[in-house]
Amino acid sequence: MERLTFTYPAREAVARRVHVGVVGSGDLEVLLEPSADSDAHVAVTTSVDGFGTVWKHVLDRFFSRFEGAAAIEINDFGATPGVVLLASSRRRRRCAREQHARG
Amino acid sequence: MSSTPEGERFLARRSFIELNARERARALLDPGTFRELAGPFDRLKSPWLPLQGVVAQADDGVVIARGSIDGESAVVASIEGAYQGGSVGEVSGAKLAGALELALRDCERGRAVRPVLLLETGGVRLQEANLGLAAIAEVHAAIVALRRHVPVVAVVAGMVGCFGGMSLAAALCSHLIVTRQARLGMNGPEVIEQEAGLAELDAADRALIWALMGGEQRQATGFADVLVEDDSDAIAAQVRRAFAAPAPAPRSEQVEGLIARLAGIDGERPPEPAALRALWGRGT
Repeated sequence: MERLTFTYPAREAVARRVHVGVVGSGDLEVLLEPSADSDAHVAVTTSVDGFGTVWKHVLDRFFSRFEGAAAIEINDFGATPGVVLLASSRRRRRCAREQHARG
Repeated sequence: MSSTPEGERFLARRSFIELNARERARALLDPGTFRELAGPFDRLKSPWLPLQGVVAQADDGVVIARGSIDGESAVVASIEGAYQGGSVGEVSGAKLAGALELALRDCERGRAVRPVLLLETGGVRLQEANLGLAAIAEVHAAIVALRRHVPVVAVVAGMVGCFGGMSLAAALCSHLIVTRQARLGMNGPEVIEQEAGLAELDAADRALIWALMGGEQRQATGFADVLVEDDSDAIAAQVRRAFAAPAPAPRSEQVEGLIARLAGIDGERPPEPAALRALWGRGT
């Protein structure tokens, strides 16, 4: 088991909490909520050690399209990078949809 | 694509098995009434799994939801089978027992609460051993106390099934709903094969496993009340029916009948599944 943290600059506030996924085989859970400061923070706990570089690549790509100041917790049970990106996109869409519905 | 009536019915159904624990709870409550207690953002995680190198889930694999069923106050406790086999640990067990105990307190004060358990579990979480077992004992005690006030309804939908101490919880409930995909048993097939050997049970023989402990067999031999299709609306309708009808005498109080059943079995020559159905079936 390995814990990794990442910080990314953000441009807009996040108003909602979003939860998706399950810590199941080949899957992961994502909790997204407003960040305490103006940056985005990601805390990954993963069952598979030694993939810090791959996590960084996947999150770099995600944050090239997402600029919310979110605190994101990822609890991973061996999800592949593709699954991680899909789950991230899902929570981003849900976050945007709910903000749109509120606004 | 064929358009037989069975085919069209299959395509029209909304699978319950494919839903996660949270979606299952939502599917059973009246629309718009789902409200989660002790949810993932409360981060009531297992303190024991990370110490053993296992990633913990933010809700410890149990969803507790309040809402209503047919307009009556209800609580649904739904186990996530995809997380650690739906196993019951210290925290997830406390959430299950706590939900039932709070419902009991409400019932004792004259406020009826309809309790529903969605059981998808291999039983106790071995990494948390005695703490999980203690919690399961609390769940058992709460079901027995609660069913004096209100029917306690359980659903085993699949695909994990319901085993170990939680199979006893299912047996204690007033009303048990199963699908064909469900399995119900004290020991799971892998445990039986490991402990008693391949000659006793081949855990890889899926047809045999379901013939022995599948939902259809369990309902036909009286261990479950209703066999239902894997369809969210059908399962929700059966849950509503269970609360609308007066609950039958709990299975766990029909001791003499169960002892008589066992007396009819020759342990040296255990019956095949079909023979057991003829022997223990409901006049079918």
